[in-house]
Amino acid sequence: MLPETTVVKATSDTLLKAEKQKRPANMGQIIRWLLLFAGGILMVLPITYMISTSLKWPHEIYNLALIPEEPHLENYTYVLEDGRFYGWFINSLIIAMITTVSNILFDSLVGYTLCKFRFPGRYIVFIAILSTLMIPTEMLVIPWYLMSQAFGWLDTHWGIMFPGLMTAFGTFLMKQFFETVPDDFIEAARIDGLNELQIWWSIAMPLVRPALAALAIFVFLGNWTAFIWPLIVTNSVEMYTLPVGLSSFGDEADVQWELIMTGAAISTIPTLVVFLVFQRFIIRGVVMAGLKG
Amino acid sequence: MYRNLSIHQKHIVWAWAFLAVPILFYVVIRFYPTANAMIISFQDWNLLGDRVWTGLENYDKLWNDPVFWKVFRNTFIYLLLGTPVSLVVSFIIAFHLDRLRFMHGFIRMLYFLPFMTSAVAMAWVWRWFYQPVPIGLFNNFLATVGIPQIPFLRSTSLALPAILAPAVWAGLGFQVIIFMAGLRAIPRSYYEAARIDGVSGWTILWEITIPLLKPTIVFIVVFSSIGFLRIFDHVYNMTTTDPGGPLNATKPLVLMIYQTAFTDFNMGYAAAQTVVLFLILLIVSLVQLRLFRDR
Repeated sequence: MLPETTVVKATSDTLLKAEKQKRPANMGQIIRWLLLFAGGILMVLPITYMISTSLKWPHEIYNLALIPEEPHLENYTYVLEDGRFYGWFINSLIIAMITTVSNILFDSLVGYTLCKFRFPGRYIVFIAILSTLMIPTEMLVIPWYLMSQAFGWLDTHWGIMFPGLMTAFGTFLMKQFFETVPDDFIEAARIDGLNELQIWWSIAMPLVRPALAALAIFVFLGNWTAFIWPLIVTNSVEMYTLPVGLSSFGDEADVQWELIMTGAAISTIPTLVVFLVFQRFIIRGVVMAGLKG
Repeated sequence: MYRNLSIHQKHIVWAWAFLAVPILFYVVIRFYPTANAMIISFQDWNLLGDRVWTGLENYDKLWNDPVFWKVFRNTFIYLLLGTPVSLVVSFIIAFHLDRLRFMHGFIRMLYFLPFMTSAVAMAWVWRWFYQPVPIGLFNNFLATVGIPQIPFLRSTSLALPAILAPAVWAGLGFQVIIFMAGLRAIPRSYYEAARIDGVSGWTILWEITIPLLKPTIVFIVVFSSIGFLRIFDHVYNMTTTDPGGPLNATKPLVLMIYQTAFTDFNMGYAAAQTVVLFLILLIVSLVQLRLFRDR
């Protein structure tokens, strides 16, 4: 007989769940579910259509069926063998990865310093960095362009990525999270003879891992989809990032839709995969950024 | 030398050592360019010739430029349509999704996925949707229902909302998540107390839920307003043949800045426009924060 053991084991949580399940699903709840589900399907429709078209043959694109008659990956091999998309993909990947690593290191180092050290000028530095949040990127692109021109950074990877190597948003987010690291831990590490760099890296950083994951995903997504600055700073087709390259096809009159959709899918699928894998981190990250940022 | 310092002094040395590279970055890549943009806005410069000081001439020119006022209007239409629509829709979705248990995570994922897409890729998909009959999804649908064709992106009146739609669509999931977090933060006891008092669901919504959500609402309003005022990717990529067209009907300020600076190479004039953009963002954010705080 089970009842006794189950009663003992049941936490308040499972009790609550059981209570909810016992309640009969009423009509309103069913309608709510159906409407939200339909809305959700509608939300992902553009993405599904993009992927479905990328699997179609050219003659099929006028057929608006969501499921291709004979799905195939020809378009992907064609687009990738062409070489341009492959190069743009690599450029985007390099830029997104380096900026992500840079933000993880520097934003957290600055956030940590501003949070855990007491030194003259701390408040001024904090306010100065925070104030850059008010400055729109668009105001900086002209001076950045002039700077890139002067130093020969135009049309280089470095030119594309230098403005995003650190962000005030990331610094602020990390500062908030280092507040949750107890000062006692840091003090104990000092007594054990660790220097400040070691304390930051091996004591404080592991304790804010969820925040680092959220920051990494935001920075990666932001740089992967960045458009205006890469558009300005690149000239040659080889240096384009995926969004700039995709945008360069221009006029829809002379476009092969199934190939364009394949290109769009190539630039979208990586972030969708990242989302599906790290869903929990991302949702939590959005909430953290929304509440604390 | 370092050994002789007190613990506090050592901390100061460490702190500035940690901050040295970032401070250099913020000064060179953030503060200097900000100042530089402001300086250039008082100059006439086409990138090749000399920089000539012209005082307020660029601002004067902007004030008398009919295209600027058209663009100014467009920018605010993006804001005034986009922000309320996405606020209300995302609240309704979040409110109901919050009460859903069955497949909650899956449905939430469906709403959030568009946030993970790139504007350029999705601009292509939406452009395809908006095409005339043999290709476009929307017009094909209208044709089967027997409604006349709509020239979405070619119409001076419909192109702007047609471009705004994917921008709202892409941001919706983010706002839904923020709203749900806000809803979760409201103590259950408030609702229970209201229910015991026999208050109707509608009154609970207006008297408890929405007032307690105020911080969340302020965040979403300010955040999405800044986004819509800076709209660029969607416009540029859905009107590529004539960016901002037809007849400047969809051109936002950022696109005007881009064209002035990097098509016409009129750096001084473009810099003046960026300063105006900065002021618009600043004023709109401050006004919104004040409006919401007073109430």
